[in-house]
Amino acid sequence: MGTMEAVLSVFMNTVRDAMPIGVVILGFQVLVIRRPIPNLRRLLIGFAYVLAGLTLFLLGLEQALFPLGRVMAEQLTHPEFIRGGLAGAVVWSDYYWVYLFAFCIGFGTAVAEPSLLAVARKAHDLSAGTIHVWGLRVAVALGVAVGITIGAYRIVTGAPIQHFIIAGYVVVLVQTFFAPRLIVPLAYDSGGVSTSTVTVPLVAALGLGLAETVPGRSPLIDGFGLIAFACLFPIMSVMAYAQLSEVVGRRSRAARTEHPPDEPRDP
Amino acid sequence: MYLHFEFHSNQCGCGVATSGALHAFLKTTASSVRDLAPIVLVIALFQLLVLQQPLPDALSLLGGTACVVLGLTLFVYGLDMGLFPLGDAMAHALARKGSVAWLVAFAFALGFSTTIAEPALIAVAGQAARAAATAGVIADLEAERRAYAFGLRLTVAFSVGFAIVLGVIRIVKGWPLHLMMIGGYLVVVIMTWFAPQEIIGIAYDSGGVTTSTITVPLVTALGIGLASSIRGRSPMSDGFGLIAFASLTPMVFVMAYGMAF
Repeated sequence: MGTMEAVLSVFMNTVRDAMPIGVVILGFQVLVIRRPIPNLRRLLIGFAYVLAGLTLFLLGLEQALFPLGRVMAEQLTHPEFIRGGLAGAVVWSDYYWVYLFAFCIGFGTAVAEPSLLAVARKAHDLSAGTIHVWGLRVAVALGVAVGITIGAYRIVTGAPIQHFIIAGYVVVLVQTFFAPRLIVPLAYDSGGVSTSTVTVPLVAALGLGLAETVPGRSPLIDGFGLIAFACLFPIMSVMAYAQLSEVVGRRSRAARTEHPPDEPRDP
Repeated sequence: MYLHFEFHSNQCGCGVATSGALHAFLKTTASSVRDLAPIVLVIALFQLLVLQQPLPDALSLLGGTACVVLGLTLFVYGLDMGLFPLGDAMAHALARKGSVAWLVAFAFALGFSTTIAEPALIAVAGQAARAAATAGVIADLEAERRAYAFGLRLTVAFSVGFAIVLGVIRIVKGWPLHLMMIGGYLVVVIMTWFAPQEIIGIAYDSGGVTTSTITVPLVTALGIGLASSIRGRSPMSDGFGLIAFASLTPMVFVMAYGMAF
């Protein structure tokens, strides 16, 4: 009975959450564009799928993604696991498994992200081939991985988040002036693209779990920020990658024009 | 999944469309699985090699993971089926219509309504409410937590609506994107100075979660439709700025929300 009620309550909330989109789209179509809705039946069936899907997703979130993030944080920061029963105070470098886990989660989820592949293909075409699809994907994934790792380090040490983020903005700003102009909007977008709907809840729960189990941290002050780090660092890594591939491209072109016959190089 | 297949064949009554629908559904499923696979893989590796401890409630976790995959699949599939094509066509139609007032109204409504339904934001707002309750900022009651989370989501949704309006006006007027972004970041830095420490992490995170499953496709369609229907604007460089604004303004508005409460 309890589960049924929980499912129903989540479903009612979902209806409330998804209603505005339906109202906006239908309202503007009927009142402003004043055209009948094409395929109304299909639209309604699609909307039913959206409601069912969102309900299931939110239920699964409570049952799997949140507990997973929390349990991993708890187990990785457990004093017995860290010190193996040895006495002595735990310092930030003792949490190396936490950093490695953060790195792996960031890298794995970003490299497999389907929407990132689309962006990478577009960048490849736009740059006339100087940006490679795999190069860009690895650049973004490294950015996310390093971002979440530094975010985890910040939670463990309790340093104020704004110092890291503002320093990051300054680096991004400086890079913007030197990066190839074409890549700049793409770099800014890549941060948001690489954190998917599945990654965000897990990473949020991981951060909160860390802040709850590391001694001396407050979940509210220290537990957030991993997502912000995961969005900021790919901007830097993508611009860095674009600059690097531009320099390499220019150098190999220069080399080819200087000695065209005796230095065959990869195109 | 078999039920789904039958349901569809009743609905359109033609073999080609049905196999097309099934194909689309399977493709959506594959992409949800691909979203989740690295997480499962990394956690499994750490459990087996590093932690070597049993996961509590492994069965419930497995069921929940299946719910996440199926839920995300249905969600994206349903969006692709009706709302995305219609929203896309509307964004183009409204952009061509030329009425700036309606365009601005639509921009706000679109930004607001898509953000309210954004699953990642629902997740983060729920976690924020939990943390606030644990820290004693709000009373640890179900109703209080819900009100806090909903207030946070309303704030973010309002700020995304505002961002899309700003982005649309920018495309119409042709203002330079990077100057506005730098100005926005300056506002974020100044606000950080005055905001209470408890809200800063949540505010920064909310900038990242807004640009997700629903908002990005619809808003990008609006931006590209608008940029391609105004002479002298390129869809490539002018169409994309909307998302950049949408991840900037939530930081400002959530910090303001934290200062007000």
